[in-house]
Amino acid sequence: MTWERVRKAADKLTTPLLPDDYLTLLNPLWSSRELRGRVEKVIPETEDAATLVIRPGWGWKYQHRPGQFVGIGVQVGGKYQWRSYSVSSPPVKSGRTLAITVRAMPEGMLSEHLVRGLQPGTIVRLATPAGDFVLPDPPPAKSLFLVGGSGITPVMSMLRTLDRRRTMGDVTLHYSSTTPERMIFRAELLEMHERHPGLVLHEQHTDTDGIFSWDGLDHLVPDWRERETWACGPAPMLDAVERHWEAADLSDSLHIERFSLAFTGDGGEGGTISFQNSSKSIEADGATTVLEAGEQAGVGMPYGCRVGICHTCTVTKISGTVRDLRNGAEFDQPNEQVQTCVTVPVGPCVLNI
Amino acid sequence: MAIADVAQYAHLTDDEVEQLGREFDAIRTEIEESRGAKDAAYINRVITAQRWLAAGGRIGMIASSPLDKKLRRPALVASTVALGLAKILENMEIGHNVMHGQWDWMNDPEIHSSTWEWDTGQPAEQWKHSHNYIHHQFTNVLGYDNDIGYGVLRMAREQKWSPANLGQPVYNALLAGLFQWGVALHDLDLEAIRKGKKDPKEMKRQLKQIAKKGRNQILKDYIVYPALSGKEWRGTMRANATANLMRNVWSYLIIFCGHFPDGALHFTEDELTDESRAEWYLRQILGTANFEGGPLLHLMSGNLGYQIEHHLYPDLPSNRYAEIAPRVKALCDKYGIPYTTGPLHRQYGQVLRVITKLSLPNRMTKDDKPPTGVDVTVDSGRKPDQQRQVRRTELGGWSRSAS
Repeated sequence: MTWERVRKAADKLTTPLLPDDYLTLLNPLWSSRELRGRVEKVIPETEDAATLVIRPGWGWKYQHRPGQFVGIGVQVGGKYQWRSYSVSSPPVKSGRTLAITVRAMPEGMLSEHLVRGLQPGTIVRLATPAGDFVLPDPPPAKSLFLVGGSGITPVMSMLRTLDRRRTMGDVTLHYSSTTPERMIFRAELLEMHERHPGLVLHEQHTDTDGIFSWDGLDHLVPDWRERETWACGPAPMLDAVERHWEAADLSDSLHIERFSLAFTGDGGEGGTISFQNSSKSIEADGATTVLEAGEQAGVGMPYGCRVGICHTCTVTKISGTVRDLRNGAEFDQPNEQVQTCVTVPVGPCVLNI
Repeated sequence: MAIADVAQYAHLTDDEVEQLGREFDAIRTEIEESRGAKDAAYINRVITAQRWLAAGGRIGMIASSPLDKKLRRPALVASTVALGLAKILENMEIGHNVMHGQWDWMNDPEIHSSTWEWDTGQPAEQWKHSHNYIHHQFTNVLGYDNDIGYGVLRMAREQKWSPANLGQPVYNALLAGLFQWGVALHDLDLEAIRKGKKDPKEMKRQLKQIAKKGRNQILKDYIVYPALSGKEWRGTMRANATANLMRNVWSYLIIFCGHFPDGALHFTEDELTDESRAEWYLRQILGTANFEGGPLLHLMSGNLGYQIEHHLYPDLPSNRYAEIAPRVKALCDKYGIPYTTGPLHRQYGQVLRVITKLSLPNRMTKDDKPPTGVDVTVDSGRKPDQQRQVRRTELGGWSRSAS
């Protein structure tokens, strides 16, 4: 009998709960009901960035591909807030922990909390690794990484993998940051360069050197056209890189990771609501509730009281923002349960129905 | 007596009713904005305590089975009580309240109305329909709210008497003892089945769901755990039956004290016509009764001693009802609305009196519910709004989960 089958049989003892619901009384990681992890260490990297070393609980497969991100849910003020961060540790099958590196953003409530307020021992929720900004296996013979600020984190996972597997090859890293002190992983990168002469590191300290002009790339990396390229950083930088590669007709060899969401622009109320499972969508103004809009679109929306009492109409919002008409509260988290009868869309949103 | 227009009954002008609605909304907003880490810690603490109690009770029964009789008996009694309390806590303070969406704001999928399944015969999905929607939306409206007597008891003078009602005191005792199974059948809507109005396909689906849930519950309490206790299986079986009985009688008692003591009023269908949110608030207060007690009593009854507050704000965290109660009472005093409350034994005494009296035809008994007299029943005099969306009356199917 396998462990899984033992747990399945134990269901009969704990129904309607799962055995895991009782096992978490003994160890909070002994549950695969929701992926979870315990923060083991918070390692300061620069004055505003820290690496969180997390020990995942049951059900976690150490199989992220270098460059992917994970979702992390942290309880702040009693409420789980979710964000995605690149995994900075290399994938190790026998590993016990994974690491994410976070920079506290101005006005970023959660990143601020993760860097400065998180105590070791805290239990967090995790979501499976995702993203296609990844390093292929085997890696290309010649590669180029273009990094701005905390965009280094997915790239670090790739470089560490290359280092671990001794497949570094011919790698150029162009790393922009305001000052050397704010460069996350600077010491480790320099040390990695010592061991692998094939790894060339260009530092761009934008406070003193100014922002890198991509026209200078021919001079800095003459063979950039032959290199498979990964770029991660702030949106203006990525836009410039994208244009530069497009102009050279090399978009195919460029991989881009945008870690900041593009805002919809107008910020006004109303928007297009897409119903994922029924592949319908409808334009709704700021006074039409999500429920009414769904009904107009011909979606079989669940509903009950229609005044926000009974929670029958609750549906998972996959993305986008809705506003509660009763108090103006905005719900902008991905995969959030929303009461459709009292909320209106704020910009485009996608519902799981 | 049944009320057709609560605002008129409560002698309030339209403006006053709207003002009252705004004041109740303000309380809701304040609580919603102050929900935080302390509330989250509370529900997690209750859940942890409940699971330890349940595990302790279950393990105690098995572990005590090889002991000799002198030690076994007290261990078995203690385990029974632990399990009974665990079941009560799970059904009342945890299951009922989580399924109301009181903790959905935490965004924790493990403590969420959409995923919670409770330790009783009724499937959560059917409960959310029969209770959250039917009962909380149509509270005490005759012909709509099946909680008025659960389809077996005559609880309002407006309900037609039949000779079968003579057996009410007996049905009542049976309902108390078998409450979890009465609740399990609740969303089937016995009334609709009797009248042949129930969709047979829907009924079959619901019955299948109930059978599956019920089978697991019975298997656990009466086969698996007794089997694990070896030759003392009888003791464990009895202990589990006792724990279930404790839970059944207690939850029955608490629920009946919420809407049937004197002072909790019934309403006619007319009240639903064009009812505003403020009038809905009013109906919740007039149709509901609190009972008094200490913090432990309130915890074990899922804070349903604050039934009025629960009906005003069914999805606010139960641990906050105690602090809302004095404010609700002050508002009731300000607007001259009755706020029904009393000690638990008195409230239940009144329930028993209603059940017994209404087992007889109306002409043989007198109405205890104040204020009495036919002249208090008022017609709303408002025309139904033809533009109004058709109210859904079918049961169950629409709340089906995707699986």
